[in-house]
Amino acid sequence: MTVDLDAVRLSTAPEPVGPVRQRQLLAPVRRAWRQLTSMRTALLLLFLLALGAVPGGFLPQRSLNPVRVNEYIAQHPSLAPVLDRLSLFDVFAAPWFAAVYLLLFISLTGCLVPRIRLHARALRTPPPRAPGNLSRLPVSARWETDLGPDEALQLARRQLNGWRAIERGGALSAEKGYLRETGNLVFHVSLVVLLVGIAVGAFFGFKGTVLLKEGSAFANTVLAYDDISPGRRFDAGNLVPLNFTLDDFAATYGADGKARTFDAHVRYAPDPDSSLRPYDIRVNSPLHIDAAKVYLLGHGYAPEVVVREKNGEVAFDETVPCLPQDTTFTSACTIKVPDTRGEQLAFEGVFTPTTVQNESGNVASAHPAAQSPALTLIGYRGDLGIDAGVPSSVYSLDRRRLVPVDGGRPKLLGVGETWTLPDGRTVTFAKTTEWATFQVTQDPGKGIALLASVGIVLGLCMSLFVRRRRVWVRAVPAGGEDGSGRTVVEVGGLARTDPDAFAAEFDELVERLRARVPGRE
Amino acid sequence: MTLASLSDQLLFAAVVVYALAMLGFAGASASRRAAAVTGVATRERVLVDAGGPSVTAPAPLVTPAAGWAAPAAMVLTVLGWALHLGSVVTRGMAADRLPWGNMYEFSSVAALVAVTGFLVLVLRGRVDRSLGAFVMLPVVLYLGLAGTVLYTAVGPLVPALNSYWIKIHVAAAVTASGAFLLSGVLASLYLLRSRYDERTDVGRAVRFPVSLGRALPAARALDRAAYGVIAFAFPVWTFAIIAGGIWAEAAWGRYWGWDPKETWSFITWVLYAGYLHARATAGWKGRKAAWVAVAAAVALIVDYYVVNIFVVGLHSYA
Repeated sequence: MTVDLDAVRLSTAPEPVGPVRQRQLLAPVRRAWRQLTSMRTALLLLFLLALGAVPGGFLPQRSLNPVRVNEYIAQHPSLAPVLDRLSLFDVFAAPWFAAVYLLLFISLTGCLVPRIRLHARALRTPPPRAPGNLSRLPVSARWETDLGPDEALQLARRQLNGWRAIERGGALSAEKGYLRETGNLVFHVSLVVLLVGIAVGAFFGFKGTVLLKEGSAFANTVLAYDDISPGRRFDAGNLVPLNFTLDDFAATYGADGKARTFDAHVRYAPDPDSSLRPYDIRVNSPLHIDAAKVYLLGHGYAPEVVVREKNGEVAFDETVPCLPQDTTFTSACTIKVPDTRGEQLAFEGVFTPTTVQNESGNVASAHPAAQSPALTLIGYRGDLGIDAGVPSSVYSLDRRRLVPVDGGRPKLLGVGETWTLPDGRTVTFAKTTEWATFQVTQDPGKGIALLASVGIVLGLCMSLFVRRRRVWVRAVPAGGEDGSGRTVVEVGGLARTDPDAFAAEFDELVERLRARVPGRE
Repeated sequence: MTLASLSDQLLFAAVVVYALAMLGFAGASASRRAAAVTGVATRERVLVDAGGPSVTAPAPLVTPAAGWAAPAAMVLTVLGWALHLGSVVTRGMAADRLPWGNMYEFSSVAALVAVTGFLVLVLRGRVDRSLGAFVMLPVVLYLGLAGTVLYTAVGPLVPALNSYWIKIHVAAAVTASGAFLLSGVLASLYLLRSRYDERTDVGRAVRFPVSLGRALPAARALDRAAYGVIAFAFPVWTFAIIAGGIWAEAAWGRYWGWDPKETWSFITWVLYAGYLHARATAGWKGRKAAWVAVAAAVALIVDYYVVNIFVVGLHSYA
């Protein structure tokens, strides 16, 4: 399953042999295991993994955007149920996807363990003996010198600085580039560690989102969140004690309406006993508190709406978060006024930060900044249906027992303007404030994942850029009648990867050797 | 003239010079092909004449046009590269930031990396310059697409991109992308050449486009060049994904979330990992491995164009 087979090819280690009978009994198991840990199976699983991720890259995914999944299902009523049965809207949580990557990791582990053992042994074993005929190696050289064989070998050895060299039987065996296999193993082990880090995060992590209006505070309890996704083994007792207050949210935009900056000015307590400190949470700078991080996720407008009774008594005075509908922040607002004398009141409205009105009276927003904010309201009176104890969303209105006010005619209010309803009650758009959504995240696995990532990159670089190669030098007295006192020096080299680069290195090495162990003219 | 419009004009000039270089390379390999045919004829004549009294001087193997077309194309490529580099640098100066903040800028830099990679390979003797026409054609098309469809006027970054991680993550991504695109071209040419060899070895006639293989370097050289480029780009791509994860952790609160861009980067990564393994596996070496490299390059293009333009996700900026 690993990138190069050089270590295997270059290895002279004997194949491990077990007791014969045991081998026969376990033969089918061994065969299946060998099949699973073979490179072909691993390759197949790799391609399956890539192929399996493809629908996740094209189809909307529930984990990312459940709304778009529902839209897709509504648009493709015949195809979507089939896709859904195949978990193609939850590809990365699908059992078949998990099966592929788990098999791949089992195959990887099955391949890694023996390779680690083999490499550990190779690191302790000296380079193999010189082959009989060095001139048959891919690169070789030969010359004669006046120096004695021992002297020649010793000089040669000094030139092989940085090589692991050993002298045996009148020849020098030298090897270099063990880091290639080390890197290869580090890379693949790191992949397993990365999976562990991801799993730790998935089991023991926590993620929650909360919407805060300017001026409101947050304390970290499960109930304080609008939405939470805890890990399968997350314990609420592990929530980091943190609290912060959103003082002010500010966004700036270019003339083209594109956002330039978002700043959420908060005050937070670094630990429960200390006093509050200011911090500016921005898109790329979350607030760190202990093991938790607070991210700025989104923002919108919250107009302050005041409802007064006929006698001027205030029945309602709140900032109402409106949900942005488009990039110019035309926002939908729902206002429920339960505590009134007589009939309850409700309003559906549109907030427009930079208000433009066309000829037919429809309002829209031309820019996301609050340059000329307006609130356009449709009033309702009657029973809001919230006293029945049935939970209802603050963002939607149950209109079954409501009657439109003033024939359902929309009323446009600028800042400070008041609408007097037919029954004498009044609604005032007092001022514009903003809200921001925050995500609080605890991921105890991310340190492991980061460590694994470092191992992945380092291991990969070593396994791709280090070359493993061997060189042998032999020095023997020259034979023949006039050979007395002369020595034949033979050098041979072998590399499995990048033979061109090795040939150049070998030539250079031979040149240096010849300079030290001079040839005879 | 403002720096921004200088950058645009430099890019336009670079595309024109690249296109001229492409014609030069094409002309050179066409005349070389003609020369090769002449060379065969000459040899045959010498054999026929061998028994005769005299042997005529051999006809020149290279026609005069081929003599200067290839070096001239090489000079044009270097000139185009310099103009291209100038365009990228002035763009960065005009925007007062690193010039890879939107798709137009990213494409331009990726193409610059690909041309740089080609020049390095040629200067180090890894591949023959006769490849030039096949490398310059996609570069010219790619830059043409970037300069027309994807063109974006100089402007500041959206807040999500406003981080020093853009220097690291996008620099790595653009380097790896440029190199991967080059490797995609090399792997395709390897497939072409090896198919050409396969056909001619058994004496079968070759038709277009396999006949283009005649002008290409040896299959082994192409395979090794493609591998070399991928071996360089794969760790860079890995680093780009990891740097992206670290940035995503700071910006979005998670290091990995299967956003479409992340998913396609993952697919690309897995396919290139598959290529590296395939190249070392019996039964997968050679053409099969090269097909994996081509598939991986296609995944990269999907990751870049299809995801950015057609799929809604967190990376939808430009």
